[in-house]
Amino acid sequence: MEEQKQPAREPLEEISDSRREFLTTCSLAAPLLLLSLRAAEVAAFAAGDTPYNPKEHYYGMGVDVDRCIGCGRCVDACKTENDVPREPFYFRTWVERYVVTPEGETLVDSPNGGMSGFPPTHSEKGILRTFFVPKLCNHCDNPPCVQVCPVGATFKTEDGVVLVDQEYCIGCRYCVQACPYGARFIDPRTRTAEKCTFCYHRLVRGLLPACVEVCPTGARVFGEIQQRSSPLVRFTRRHKIHTLKGHLNTKPKVYYANLDEEVR
Amino acid sequence: MPQQLKSLLVVFAVFIGGLVAARHFLLPPTFGERGHYRAAAVVTIERLPVRYAGREACGVCHDEIASVHRNARHQTVACEVCHGPAVAHTESPTENKLPAPRERGYCPLCHGYDPSRPTGFPQIDPVAHNPLKPCITCHNPHQPEPPHVPGECSACHGEIARTKALSHHALLDCTQCHKTPLQHKIKPREVRPEKPLTREFCGGCHAQNARAPKNVPRINLETHGGRYVCWQCHYPHLPEAR
Ligand code: HEC
Ligand code: HEC
Ligand code: HEC
Ligand code: HEC
Ligand code: HEC
Ligand code: HEC
Ligand code: HEC
Ligand code: HEC
Repeated sequence: MEEQKQPAREPLEEISDSRREFLTTCSLAAPLLLLSLRAAEVAAFAAGDTPYNPKEHYYGMGVDVDRCIGCGRCVDACKTENDVPREPFYFRTWVERYVVTPEGETLVDSPNGGMSGFPPTHSEKGILRTFFVPKLCNHCDNPPCVQVCPVGATFKTEDGVVLVDQEYCIGCRYCVQACPYGARFIDPRTRTAEKCTFCYHRLVRGLLPACVEVCPTGARVFGEIQQRSSPLVRFTRRHKIHTLKGHLNTKPKVYYANLDEEVR
Repeated sequence: MPQQLKSLLVVFAVFIGGLVAARHFLLPPTFGERGHYRAAAVVTIERLPVRYAGREACGVCHDEIASVHRNARHQTVACEVCHGPAVAHTESPTENKLPAPRERGYCPLCHGYDPSRPTGFPQIDPVAHNPLKPCITCHNPHQPEPPHVPGECSACHGEIARTKALSHHALLDCTQCHKTPLQHKIKPREVRPEKPLTREFCGGCHAQNARAPKNVPRINLETHGGRYVCWQCHYPHLPEAR
């Protein structure tokens, strides 16, 4: 048996030799490659150390519906500041117009997210109440979008902001589906999930989010939710506060004042 | 120990070791440093460029306009709302000029009449309100006071005027009780009218010996209402309500 097999193994031996060599090289090279990539990334990370300490902050936003005039400056500024595609459908923040008719029907529209203002309000069925409601990511304390991400590419930071890791997002859209507020979209250029960051790059520099910066009537109040003297906490003390879809237990951190019960 | 268990242990050890090694290499670096995510992703976001300079940025060079704007009715409207994002401008002003919205179509974005807007927000009908001329010929965009000041107290104190009009004090002019400087109508919060301060003031018409028309009801100024000022019991703009 043995003698008979020997001649047949000769050519095989040669192949497996070079394969073994190849595998050895690979097994040596792979960790080296990974290590060098890692080193580069760690170095890049270390260089980015800012004096900003996320542990000292916890952010939220207040929205006073009674002050919103539907001018859409927030939508426009958000797109400019964050390089959001200009076409409709892509919004990190948008403004909705509610019209409640005398029969109790609620009509909602948001032409181009309210970015160019609204055409005059008109309803064939009459108007009982009508008002504007700015919307954005609620930066939930218990974010459903984070739970469903299969690759851990979306997460809540220590300062309470829900962000997306653009490099690891695979664009699977689970988070877009999971968000009960419709606050996420897929960027057509990168094919990754996009959303409001509370203008995180501005926060770390001590600036306000762009939408808050340009709101002409102070309808948006931004700030700390764990410091009793912050403008936001004062805002929540002075008004009766509602959050959107509170029953879903998402624990939203966007606090609405003077919100009509019709708003969903 | 049986041989097969030994080789199984070896297999397990290799397997677990491989797993740990794979985890070490496959997990992105900086993962888990701050939480269940890649800390480097936060840094990438932190480094994104800023476009809006913020409310404090303009005053450094445009102090005149900024100080006018600070006290104007447009004080809540940031410069960059009208002039656009300005970080580039603050860095090199002459190379990056900012536009100014001089055309008539711009202001109605906020001031065009719309029932969805909150009541009390100043709105005009863009078709009927002084057509043909740009808004800024009559309104300074940085300090947009309406060019005419209202003549009547009721223009601003509507509620009080309507209450008084139905009261027993209907025929008294506001200025009989409130000496009002002209400036009050222009800077109402800074220049304030006088308010009656003493019982004797009302006594000027209501005391027994007051020189006033006969129909004015009289009281004994010494005893009536004790030592309290009259408006603790009588609302002066509706004195019959007690
Ligand atoms: C570093 C100083 C500086 C800062 C900060 C600055 N500006 Fe200017 N700005 C200038 C100068 C200088 C000019 C005149 C440029 C020229 O005419 O070439 C100017 C001109 C302008 C003009 C007129 C442009 C024109 O075409 O007439 C506007 C509008 C303006 N600035 C708005 C702003 C706003 C809004 C801000 C705040 C975000 C701001 N500037 C901050 C220096 C500054
Ligand atoms: C409501 C919109 C609006 C706001 C808010 C606003 N501007 Fe203007 N600004 C204008 C318009 C419109 C003009 C053009 C005026 C003209 O041509 O007479 C202008 C002109 C200017 C000019 C050109 C110089 C001049 O007098 O012609 C400067 C500089 C300027 N603005 C700075 C500022 C700064 C600084 C702020 C914030 C403190 C500010 N603006 C806020 C609308 C605005
Ligand atoms: C982004 C929104 C916005 C834009 C654009 C805007 N305004 Fe205003 N305007 C306001 C706000 C907010 C007030 C303050 C209202 C208040 O006090 O309740 C105001 C107040 C005024 C007033 C005072 C009205 C009153 O009765 O007190 C006038 C006049 C005015 N604006 C004219 C203009 C003109 C002219 C322009 C165009 C150059 C303009 N506005 C552009 C938001 C805006
Ligand atoms: C020919 C001069 C003139 C022009 C042009 C003009 N206005 Fe006026 N505006 C006035 C005068 C006068 C008043 C105050 C009396 C009144 O209410 O009509 C006024 C009042 C206002 C008010 C205050 C209304 C309120 O209820 O408090 C606003 C807001 C206003 N104008 C915005 C505008 C806008 C926006 C434009 C451009 C589309 C414009 N104006 C163009 C003269 C003008
Ligand atoms: C342009 C609008 C305007 C006009 C016109 C006006 N007021 Fe006022 N008035 C105000 C405002 C605003 C206040 C301050 C209210 C506040 O701060 O609570 C005020 C305050 C007052 C006060 C209270 C002062 C105080 O210290 O509490 C009196 C009294 C008063 N006005 C009387 C008058 C009389 C009388 C007239 C007519 C001759 C008049 N006002 C016309 C806007 C106006
Ligand atoms: C009979 C005298 C009298 C007349 C007439 C009168 N007031 Fe007064 N008013 C008073 C007195 C007294 C007070 C102070 C009340 C207090 O301190 O509680 C006052 C307070 C006010 C205040 C302060 C706010 C408030 O409600 O306490 C305003 C504003 C005012 N008056 C406006 C007017 C206007 C506008 C008119 C004309 C339509 C008018 N008043 C007519 C006597 C008068
Ligand atoms: C300029 C004179 C004058 C002054 C000053 C004056 N009143 Fe009068 N008051 C009148 C007149 C006139 C009547 C109504 C007479 C009538 O009913 O025909 C009246 C009626 C009243 C009444 C009676 C209402 C009723 O139930 O019949 C009261 C109370 C009153 N005033 C309180 C006051 C108070 C309080 C002040 C001081 C803030 C004041 N008055 C200042 C002229 C004045
Ligand atoms: C402690 C509360 C109180 C005070 C303070 C007070 N009043 Fe009266 N006033 C009343 C009551 C209650 C009546 C109605 C019962 C009555 O006729 O005595 C009245 C009635 C009046 C009447 C109507 C009398 C009539 O014959 O119809 C006048 C006028 C009057 N008060 C003026 C004044 C004047 C002026 C002052 C300030 C010097 C003043 N009151 C202070 C409680 C008060």
